[in-house]
Formats: sequence, C-alpha cells, structure tokens
Amino acid sequence: MVSLKEAEDAIVEEFSMFDEWLDKYEYLISLGKNLEAYPEEKRTDERLIKGCQSRVWLDCEYKDGFIYMSADSDAIITKGIISLLVDLYSGRTPQEILSSDFSVVDRIGLRENLSPTRANGLVSMIDRIREVASAASGRF
Amino acid sequence: MTIDEIRKEFPALSTKVYGKDLVYFDNAATSQRPISVIEKWNEISVNSNANIHRAVHYLSSQATESYEQARDCIRDFINASSREEIVFTSGATASINLVAYSFGEACISSGDEVIVAQDGHHSNIVPWQLMCRRKDAVLRVLPVDDNGNLELEELAGMLNVRTKIVAVSHISNVLGIIHPIRKIVEICHSKGVPVLVDGAQGIVHCKVDVKELGCDFYVFSGHKMYAAPGTGVLYGKKKWLDLLPPFLSGGEMVGKVSFSGTTFAPVPLKFEAGTQNFAGVPTFVPAVETALSFREAECRAREDAIKAYLYDKLLNNNKIHLFGIPHSLEDKIPLFSFVVDGAHHEDLALILDKMGVAVRSGQMCAEPLMDRFGVTGMLRVSLAPYNTMEEVEFFLKSLDRAISMVV
Repeated sequence: MVSLKEAEDAIVEEFSMFDEWLDKYEYLISLGKNLEAYPEEKRTDERLIKGCQSRVWLDCEYKDGFIYMSADSDAIITKGIISLLVDLYSGRTPQEILSSDFSVVDRIGLRENLSPTRANGLVSMIDRIREVASAASGRF
Repeated sequence: MTIDEIRKEFPALSTKVYGKDLVYFDNAATSQRPISVIEKWNEISVNSNANIHRAVHYLSSQATESYEQARDCIRDFINASSREEIVFTSGATASINLVAYSFGEACISSGDEVIVAQDGHHSNIVPWQLMCRRKDAVLRVLPVDDNGNLELEELAGMLNVRTKIVAVSHISNVLGIIHPIRKIVEICHSKGVPVLVDGAQGIVHCKVDVKELGCDFYVFSGHKMYAAPGTGVLYGKKKWLDLLPPFLSGGEMVGKVSFSGTTFAPVPLKFEAGTQNFAGVPTFVPAVETALSFREAECRAREDAIKAYLYDKLLNNNKIHLFGIPHSLEDKIPLFSFVVDGAHHEDLALILDKMGVAVRSGQMCAEPLMDRFGVTGMLRVSLAPYNTMEEVEFFLKSLDRAISMVV
C-alpha cells in the first residue's frame, strides 16, 4: 500500500488534469455512483451527519490496528468526495490518519464543499474520522 | 427604464463567476445594490462619519439628519401614522426578536398562546419559541395546505381568550405565495388579537400600506430591498411601542440614568440602544426610490411576463415538483422552489453555480415546512426586476444539463 501522503498527492495530480469545473464534477459523480453500497443496517441516526444541505452517513470500525470505513451521502457530488476520502483513509492506522492535515480536499479545489458555513456534512465527516483515529490511538 | 438601463445601475450584475456571466437568482436572500445606494454609503463614510444623536458638532448633526431622513422616508413608504412608529434595527430577525422579547415581557403569562405559521421563516418561529419557553406559554401552528396556502378557515377556530399574538409572513420565503394579510388581520382583530407580519419578502414585492393592512407590527430588512446589509425596520403601532418595555439597553435609549433607577427615552429611541448603523440606514432613501421605480407599469409588465413564463416551464416539466401553487398567479412572486426526481438539491446548486447561475438550495430557514412536504431541502430561484428573459432561458438550459449530469 502506498503511503497516505503519496496517495493524497496522486489524487491532487489526477484532479490537476481537469481544466473545467464541470469535468471535475463529472468525475466525482462517476466516483459517487461507483461507491460501494453502504450497508443498510448501518444507516442509523448515530452514524448520520446532518447538514443543511446533504446528509452523510459514516461508519468507522477499529480492527487489528487499522480503521475501516464505509460511508454514504444522499447527494452524488458529496458521495464522490466521500469515495475519495474512504479510498484514502480506510484501512490506515490511526497514526497515519492523524498525520494527515486533510488538506487534500482543499488542494483539489473543493474547498467550498467543505466550508463550515455551508453546514455541509463533509466537515463533520472529517472531524469524526479524526476523532475515531484519535480515540483509537489513545490520544484525546 | 429599459432593462439595460436598469442593469447598468447594479454593478454587481456584470460580475464574472468562474469566467462566466453571472446569473443572479438568489434575490430573496439578498438583492443586489444600485449605484445610488453604494454612493450614499460612501457619501456618509466620507462626509459625515460621526456618531448620531449625541454630539453637537457638525459631522454628527449631518449624520443624524441623514439617519432621521431615512425614518421619514420609511414612514412615507409604508404609510405609517407617524415617524415614532418606525424603529431601525439590524434586520427583520432583530425586529422580530425585539417584539417577541418585549411583547412577552409585557403581555404573556403562563398558559397564554402564540400562533405562528407552518411556512414561517425560522426567524419568525424561534424567537417566539424561546419566548414561550421563558413565559411557559404555548406555541401553536397555523398549517398550510398541500399547495402551500395558509389554511385560513382554521385560524378563527384556533383563536381563543388565551391567544395573545399571531405572527405570520406576508410572503413565504420558500413558496412565494402572498398571504391575504388584511383578511388575517380582520379575523384576529375581531377576537382582539394583534398581528405581526414578517415583511422580509413582502416589502420587496408588494405595495405595503400598514394602515390599510391594519397589522400591529410589520418588519423587514434592508438588504433584500436594495439597501445596505445590517439595516432593518420594525414598524409598530404607537400604542404597542409605548406599552412594550425596552429590549436592548444602553446608550441613547435612556431618559435619565442614576444608580437608583433609569427612565427611558420615548419611542422610537427607546428601542435603538447603542450606536446605530448610521452609514447603512440612510441608504434606505435611495433604496426606496429604486423599489418605487420597479413598481412602475413597464417594469411590472416585464416582470410578470418572466414570472408567468418560468412558472409555466417549471410546472409543466415532469421531472420537477414545484411547491407553492397559488390560487392565482397574481398571488405569487417570481420565486420558485422545487425538487427534481432523483437529483439532490445540493448537487444541482453546485453544478449551476459552476455555470454561473446563483440559486439557493437546502432548507431555506424553514425546516418545519420541509418536514411538512416530506423533503430534506429544495432548490429555489428568486428573481428581481433586473433579471431578464435571456437569463431565465439560460437557467432552464443549465438546469436541464445539471439534471442530466446527476441523474
């Protein structure tokens, strides 16, 4: 498995090929449509991150030293971004996750998708990934 | 005025977003400002930037004069009985908070009832909810029907001896339906119940005559009617404003202050504690001129034609579910909220944004109404008289493309 830093850089490079915003969205939409189905029994209120706009469900499991994630959203672009995040961070150690500054979303030009004022579920999703990693590594 | 002449007055309309021409369809949230308003703001900042009402020096008296001229202008604009009935606030939200608090202190006891409407903006729900919690009073809800019209036949039955006030919007910020305020006031007044009207949208689209409407309070914001942001108005009948205790306290709102007690200034200054927005409030004068010019026949006819066209296109698109179906199109402003089968409102708004089209998506500060219609949010387009038929065509094409990308 490539290091998290390398994986993040690879995504940034991939996105740098898109000149047009709409192409970026087309790509995210295709990622969103191909995201592994979220287990229905995990579509619970405790796993729901509710915003004014899209809703995000996130399930994190800490097993054998690694954090495994599955996630979903009712909005397809958000789901595409989720797909990127799950690809990047699922199956990593808590230490690896905590070493990331999560600036990748910023670097691929999707900052407005993360603006806290938008009350978008993504900010809370990243916060929760950090919390879980932090708890798992014993650091609060 | 031709549409090109009007658009030249609003510099923000020629903004490019992502290299594309801006199509601004989020006017119900904030309208763009004409040059006259921007210049007024500049003029105050350059020529008379001083605290109002207090000092004896030249700049202060200039600033005070501009501020108080705006009060006269608003009195005339809404046909209030006197300038004392016009209180300046930071916006419609602040105005409602003021009334909810002060009315609660003066008039509400445990077990009393307050009626709000199901299509209310959070600003016309939450302040009442907090007041009811504080006063152990009961909040009741006037429902809307499936088309989004208020169920007025319910209202008379809801009013009783415990009902102390009814708070409704003139026009719903989600459904764009103009409510029959005169009728609502008649029903409520026949039972001796006062009415507050949230006019945030109403002041922009309707000729508001508070004497004719008969309402006890009418509130609105400046930033939705072409004036500076952070400005707002509370109109209240003088008998109410005299009766209600102050909300915020501090400088300017006092009569005599001593450590044994304080008396308060007469209305409206009783409700204008602290340094007021003396650079923003005077922009109401040019903003009102703009609003009045938009009510001229030529402008109205153009706006009505665009409204009818867009309404027809959205209503007859089988992928789109439109909310807020008026009895007659005259009862609706050019504001349309809808959902699209299989497409999330956030996705559509994000894609439209990248095409240069600014729309609103989400709950639009009306979560109870979203629940009423069983949706998590909607997409809203809201037009102003400076929007054009070409923009509407471009929006419709862009929407089609956005839908095909997502679905």
